Amino acid sequence: MKKIVIIGATSAIAIACARLWAAEQSEFFLVGRHQDKLQQTSADLVARGAQAAHSYVLDLIDFQQHAAMLTQALQTLGQIDVILIAHGTLPDQHQCEQDVHYALQEFNNNALSVLALLTPVANHMAQQGFGTIAVISSVAGDRGRGSNYLYGSAKAAVTTFCEGLRARMFKVGVHVLTIKPGFVATPMTADLNLPAKLTVSPEVVAKDIVQAIAKRKDVLYTPWFWAWIMKIIIHIPRGIFKKLKL
Amino acid sequence: MSATTLSSWGQYPAFPQAARPCFWRSELSTNLKQLINQFGNTLAYGNGRSYGDSCLASSDHVLATRGLNRFIAADWQNGIIRAEAGVSLAELLQLSIPQGWFLPVTPGTQYVTLGGAVANDVHGKNHHVRGTFGCHVRCFELLRSDASAQICSPQDHSDLFNATIGGLGLTGIISWIELQLLPIQSSLIQSYSTRFNNLAEFFQLAAEHDSQHEYTVAWIDCLAQGKHLGRGIFIYGDHAETGELAVHHKAKLTVPLTPPISLINSMSLRAFNTVYFHKHPPSLQHALVSYEPFFYPLDAISHWNRIYGKSGFQQYQCVIPSASAEAAVHALLQEIAAVGSGSFLAVLKRCGDVPSPGLLSFPLPGVSLALDFPQLEPLNTTLFSRMDSIVRAAGGRLYPAKDAHMSANDFRHFYPKWSSLESLRDPGLCSRFWQRVTLA
Repeated sequence: MKKIVIIGATSAIAIACARLWAAEQSEFFLVGRHQDKLQQTSADLVARGAQAAHSYVLDLIDFQQHAAMLTQALQTLGQIDVILIAHGTLPDQHQCEQDVHYALQEFNNNALSVLALLTPVANHMAQQGFGTIAVISSVAGDRGRGSNYLYGSAKAAVTTFCEGLRARMFKVGVHVLTIKPGFVATPMTADLNLPAKLTVSPEVVAKDIVQAIAKRKDVLYTPWFWAWIMKIIIHIPRGIFKKLKL
Repeated sequence: MSATTLSSWGQYPAFPQAARPCFWRSELSTNLKQLINQFGNTLAYGNGRSYGDSCLASSDHVLATRGLNRFIAADWQNGIIRAEAGVSLAELLQLSIPQGWFLPVTPGTQYVTLGGAVANDVHGKNHHVRGTFGCHVRCFELLRSDASAQICSPQDHSDLFNATIGGLGLTGIISWIELQLLPIQSSLIQSYSTRFNNLAEFFQLAAEHDSQHEYTVAWIDCLAQGKHLGRGIFIYGDHAETGELAVHHKAKLTVPLTPPISLINSMSLRAFNTVYFHKHPPSLQHALVSYEPFFYPLDAISHWNRIYGKSGFQQYQCVIPSASAEAAVHALLQEIAAVGSGSFLAVLKRCGDVPSPGLLSFPLPGVSLALDFPQLEPLNTTLFSRMDSIVRAAGGRLYPAKDAHMSANDFRHFYPKWSSLESLRDPGLCSRFWQRVTLA
């Protein structure tokens, strides 16, 4: 029976995690952009056993509103056992190269909004002295690829920020988990031509995330084989890497 | 994923379907209209367990609804569940069993969606007492390309309600379904099985047990001939009155790839059937088993449809009215045994007289025979045409959900109400099956 805040609560991976926690009668504070999707998600979680699932409409790009949202979450839940930060978009790299405004907006969505939010969240969690901050980054943040480097650099910022935050939070008893999923079949990736053998369902990733939170892991590659794939990829010499079509 | 294409469970006929996935009810309408504008027509595709071409859009562009997998409301006091059409029966059972509720009617796989269960008005081992799935549907929401969403029930829009149950997905896209569940005390089943040596003995056993038990079904050795013709194993069972309410997740076997040719041939089949029949002791056997092996033995092997090789397979399922059932099933089995084709998966089941609201519902009071055939030509065409004549003469009919061969004439004869469904069909929805049996 955990008290759980989910940011980007209507994303496929977030929903799959929430369903697992719902079966343990958890109580949720769901944050997302669309009222109707939040409400559908909330009804689903309650039917699946959640004690309650409260909705809060917010576009995370609106940094000014983060503190108010957090205050509301605390008023509603009393405490935060887990906060899962799962919002994000998949930018069109080609458009990022042509349109600075679009590129910065996407960087905002995937990096700055996370960093901004983590700041008041970390302060609260430090004061609380327990709980988990789980952040969905990506394997794409481990290395800048020609086909995807705006997204990759945003996720690299998130990963590095979380690593530092973990070192700070560790001393006050708060757990920080960086989640690095590989290819996941979700609405966000529905238009991509992902390799079938490497692509998994959000349910598979969610199981790993819920377990990693319970076991207080620092970094999670999911599914597990991405840890090995990325070990190889980060060791490809730069001279060769720049010639690859990745 | 845009590159993957979908097919039917039998993988025959081969018309790869491009899929547009839909994840939210609020996005159904837009997706539906876009597909129709772009490709002329479409069809909802759930979990791909229909065998033939009834789940394939005639445009080969389907609206994939498995992403609509949310529950909307659960009333565990009264066992009423409202859920999106893409929720699978397995997902529903996972939630309802610990609360003491079971599906009122379940087919032989739990991997069909609620939408698919309604569209095909599926039936199960308790047809003789509870009728079809559609008998337990309280209401559903139907989205049409030519109208706004409507809630259909036996009271409201009853014409659409009746046409949609067994309506092969042609009357609109079902967005959610409200279902009355069956109370259970335990997830265990008191299961009994006994051998029968021929068809006459099957009919005796069915007459004896159908009135007393919730579930009855028989496996038959489709290759046995002469005095053994129609021998098999009769299985009956009931929900246990005490015991655990537990959801089971057994480790699964899988068929990892499709072999180039079918692993099922007359030699492997004859050996398998003989061993299976004789392995069962002649006396009555009793076991207390979990619901999964009792209802869904094949679900234990994922992708079992691959064993038939790249050409795929067809399932032949017919129902014969009681009066002519024994003679007609006898004649059908003679045809099959003479050819030596068919499969291990041959099922005989007595259907009852509980009426379904569905216009095109398949079952009728009598006996249903179902079995798979590896896709071999011209063997299937000639055998099926001889079998179709027997079914026609006996006043029976074939099951559209399984079909890949029925002639247009036969279909119109078996389902005279087809024209009522055609008049209620959403003009933007059409399947390859419907095109074949009504428009061709």
